[in-house]
Amino acid sequence: MAETPRTSDVDVAVIGGGPAGLAAALGAKRAGAGRVLVLERDRTLGGILNQCVHDGFGLFLYKETISGPEYAERLAENALREGVAVETGAMVLDLGPDRLLRVNARGGYSLVRAGAVVLAMGCRERTRDMIGIPGTRPAGIYTAGSAQRLVNLQNLRVGNEAVILGSGDIGLIMARRLTFEGVRVKGVFEIMPWANGLERNIRQCLMDFGIPLELRTTVVEIRGRDRVESVVTAEVDDRLAPVAGTETVVPCDTLLLSVGLVPENELSKRAGVELSPLTGGAVVDETLMTSVPGVFSCGNVLHIHDVADWASFEGFAAGERAARYAAGERPAGRTVRVSAGPEVRYALPQTARAGAAGVEWSFRAVRPLRDVRVEVRGRDSGRIYARRKFGRILPSELQKIRVRAAVDEDLEVGLHD
Amino acid sequence: MDEAKDGVYDVAVIGGGVVGCAVLRELSRYDLRLLLLERQSDLAEGVSKGNSGVIHAGFNVPSGSLKARANVEGLGLMYPLAAALGVPHRMTGKLVVALSDEGRPRLEELLAEGRRSGVPGLEIVDEAAIRRLEPLARGRWALYSARTGIVSPYELVFALAESAWRNGAEVALEAPVEAVAVEGGTFRLATPRGKFAARRVVNSAGLFADEVARLAGSADFRVYPYRGEYLITDKDGGFRLGMPVYPVPPRDDPGLGIHLTPTMEGHILLGPSAEPVAAKDDLASTREVAERLKAEAGRLVPGLERAPFIHAYTGLRPKLVPPASGGLFADFVVAESGRLPGWIDLAGIESPGLTAAPAIARMVADLIGTGMALRPKTDFEPGLPERRRFADLGDAERARLVAADADWGEMVCRCEHVPRAEVAAALRNPFGARSLDAVKRRTRCGMGRCQGGFCTPRLVDILEEEGLPPDRVTKRGGGSRLFYGRLKD
Repeated sequence: MAETPRTSDVDVAVIGGGPAGLAAALGAKRAGAGRVLVLERDRTLGGILNQCVHDGFGLFLYKETISGPEYAERLAENALREGVAVETGAMVLDLGPDRLLRVNARGGYSLVRAGAVVLAMGCRERTRDMIGIPGTRPAGIYTAGSAQRLVNLQNLRVGNEAVILGSGDIGLIMARRLTFEGVRVKGVFEIMPWANGLERNIRQCLMDFGIPLELRTTVVEIRGRDRVESVVTAEVDDRLAPVAGTETVVPCDTLLLSVGLVPENELSKRAGVELSPLTGGAVVDETLMTSVPGVFSCGNVLHIHDVADWASFEGFAAGERAARYAAGERPAGRTVRVSAGPEVRYALPQTARAGAAGVEWSFRAVRPLRDVRVEVRGRDSGRIYARRKFGRILPSELQKIRVRAAVDEDLEVGLHD
Repeated sequence: MDEAKDGVYDVAVIGGGVVGCAVLRELSRYDLRLLLLERQSDLAEGVSKGNSGVIHAGFNVPSGSLKARANVEGLGLMYPLAAALGVPHRMTGKLVVALSDEGRPRLEELLAEGRRSGVPGLEIVDEAAIRRLEPLARGRWALYSARTGIVSPYELVFALAESAWRNGAEVALEAPVEAVAVEGGTFRLATPRGKFAARRVVNSAGLFADEVARLAGSADFRVYPYRGEYLITDKDGGFRLGMPVYPVPPRDDPGLGIHLTPTMEGHILLGPSAEPVAAKDDLASTREVAERLKAEAGRLVPGLERAPFIHAYTGLRPKLVPPASGGLFADFVVAESGRLPGWIDLAGIESPGLTAAPAIARMVADLIGTGMALRPKTDFEPGLPERRRFADLGDAERARLVAADADWGEMVCRCEHVPRAEVAAALRNPFGARSLDAVKRRTRCGMGRCQGGFCTPRLVDILEEEGLPPDRVTKRGGGSRLFYGRLKD
């Protein structure tokens, strides 16, 4: 019996039902889109928020601090109340440049044709072999986010004595979480001379519990045949190479890796979306549209955020623009390019239409700096479009600067003395 | 297990690697009671999982040796065998590349050696032909071997064992042989899973073949482990290699030199190194070797040293030559023990052992047939039921599968697109996958870019639903437990 896949049409399809995707669906709905469909591969909406049982979410979006699951619940309730269609347990396997989605779910394998698509797939964690930690391959090595899920959602004890490599926020949060659960956290080791997580997390998750943070130190070997038995740490030099003679054996049965997040752009690549080597996410214009017309991107799949609220704000904006695209609006005209200047890792969006005004740029500093000002400068004219002072700026924080004036030349976002 | 109840097996095979499983499957053609004993919790957990997965043509081993004979015969058998069993494989061809004129004489030697052994499809090619055959490779001259190919080594092992099982053979896992006694022409094998009796024993215990032989008193050889480290590139790393690319084999290298091998899925394997180690479980990787692998790879394919890598693994070669002698050449041992009639030792089956396995299996059948009547079964079934990978199917077929069984619609592995139905099939395989690695090698769950970060928590749930509580979930059996109980009741 030949079965042809069911095909449906939607105005806006949102891939991913986390803080960015749910907001995008709401943004699209509020901008007047008819049928808005969120496709979520997990069994529930909310994405990674569901495993973030700690407080600290919603300060910007809801003006109060709530837990991740509460944040997800509010956003999901809003989306459903405002008429967003949702499919959970539905994984998008393919996205074509023509905005045709192949979706698999227990309820059936189907095709979805979308007037506009919002990419909101989030990110994944860097793994042991992406950073090349030598040694044996025993059980007991987890990425921090996987461990967070196993502990918070599956109620499982992942180990008894843990070492955490990398000072990303999830690793810091997990240091505290494991300590609460009676797991001895022997230390957090960070290869860079500064911490990668937010300052409040260093304070509240490590210092308050007396967990040591060793900077300029990394794990150079994993030992243990069946289960981790110890890790060897070593200090690193200015080129981040381990310094011989500084090795220390730290007995433990668990190693958590919090060594960075990577936007998960497998589908974007299939659609032919141009990616930025600096962010790992799509190259977008000021409407958050990618190089593929009608395909928008927001949240951690676009670039890594420090706070969920910002991913949601980006989602609202992408959803609104997607709705307008689906309704036939086609931004036209010359574009200007925006590049990262001194001490800036990246600036996003990477392009903007000439004449666009009120565009907000996101950027990250390359390293911690004091008493600097960020400037958005015209590359030809040297004109300063916007400027803001920072007493202190950290690479762990995603920063923003808005340009009120209309832009009409290539720009550079840089940090200056 | 009660011996009296089980009775006496005609043949017991010790070791569930590619050689042991090929022997088991070959013998399952005949009317024999067969048993395979494997010490680990899964098959292919030893030498057979840590290699390049190359179907060798046979020019790298000295003509006249058993290695050469078994390799060339195995080459002829392997492609039809892999096809019959539905094991992913491809005849890719292979290049042994000399970067300058200096390397050419060595290529000529390999060509001559190969021709003496009867290796088909060999020729020396020039720079232009190299580029045409493999656009990523560069070199002045190369030996091109048209018949070389690639195969997924552990999938081959699983398929061989399953085929044998379907034809009546039994398999016991976590059953290391701890003692051997001989009573009136019957071997009694003691394992933690019980005692087993067999009239013939095939020792294909790989790295531990010497220890098993010593238990029986069959022979005095010794197996020396040589460690080989590998790196695996990301499929989307920007390099698509069509065929294995090897350097001119270094004369002092106990291996074939660090080479590049494509996998069936589009990764590239870099390696292996070749280094004698003291312990047979020393699978640790080192920073130094990882750097060397990248440097050597960059000589064969410029830029590959900077490719993104998603995984690293290490294998051990079971060599019969001690490190002090340079570890260069010793022939396979495929022989009935002079001291213990009915006991057959298979030892030193290193490269090209994967390719040679089907030929070795036939040799073993011949050895067994000299003292025991081998009556071919009339109902021997050479193939396996077709296994479909969701990721490889078209829309209509996917829709049909999901409509028939919702487990095809529940995606477990987002990187490799593995649905729950495939995981369930792996868990319900005849030998029962009970570890994450066992599921991984059967489904690719955890082999992708996230390296299990997303699918491990889901697999833990599925394993529990299938009857294996989290406390008993391991990475690869034994003490490799994942969890220490629940956090709260």
